[in-house]
Amino acid sequence: MLKNHMNSRWTIAAAVLLMSVTMTVAHAEDDDEDEGGSRSKKGSSNPVTNAKWKDECGSCHLAYPPRFLSAESWRAVMSGLDKHFGSNASLDAAAATEIGDFLAKNASTKQRNSSNGIEPPLRISDTRWFESEHRKVADRTWKDPKVKSPSNCAACHTQAQSGSYNEHDIRMPK
Amino acid sequence: MLRTSYASALLFVVGLSVQPAFAETPVDVLSALQSEAAKSTSNFQGFSAARGEKFFKVKHGNEWSCTSCHTDNPAATGKHAKTEKPIDPMAPSANAERFTNPKKVEKWFKRNCNDVLDRVCTTQEKGDVLAYLLTIRK
Repeated sequence: MLKNHMNSRWTIAAAVLLMSVTMTVAHAEDDDEDEGGSRSKKGSSNPVTNAKWKDECGSCHLAYPPRFLSAESWRAVMSGLDKHFGSNASLDAAAATEIGDFLAKNASTKQRNSSNGIEPPLRISDTRWFESEHRKVADRTWKDPKVKSPSNCAACHTQAQSGSYNEHDIRMPK
Repeated sequence: MLRTSYASALLFVVGLSVQPAFAETPVDVLSALQSEAAKSTSNFQGFSAARGEKFFKVKHGNEWSCTSCHTDNPAATGKHAKTEKPIDPMAPSANAERFTNPKKVEKWFKRNCNDVLDRVCTTQEKGDVLAYLLTIRK
């Protein structure tokens, strides 16, 4: 009896372990997180947002979604705003705290390692994830005057402004 | 029924308060700059749209002028020189939201003067530029 009981416990434990492994693999392949924020079953996107973030980070460039970098990267970006890619983009203390918290809270939970060896990456386009996602994009597309820079997401991701990077919304410039 | 009308009245009031209320007009912002300049600038002679236009269009030792992002025509939609992001027109005649929030005005003068001149702009310079932008017709 005791032996049987032990056996069934092991079977359950093994089943749970197997399930969790399977789910992890499925999640990694699907990678929905990278396309459109939290998604409903029908696939409509409902990206996380914050008014201050949208206003402050979205004036000079697209307000890049928090999930594109790790919390460590965002902390580094926020602590260097006085030298933000050639501009002084300093914020007042209240805005910096609110935006910093929003970014850290919604940052990627996956690795966003640098592709050039400098950790943590400050540019989304300097992550291995970005390079891998864009590996099929031809050189001439990057050089297209309508694209100009990898920071110009909306050149191809037609819904980038609303936070969706779903591949169905991609239109290469012609 | 009575409850419904109370509810509609409440909704109406709430609706009013969420209208995009512009706290100030561009002319208010200009007159605030004027009183500031009168206090801080010795021998202040008023603002000049012509001087503002020149300031807006020339480079000040750096790679960028105001027009690098805002174009030569302040009534047109601009484009960030580096990121290509569209920038709404600067002239109040073409964009009713411009120069209606003094905090925002200060923030952007501070940031953009730093990019264009490597320093903050004087009140005289800010007033000249706004005086110029106010002369632009759509």
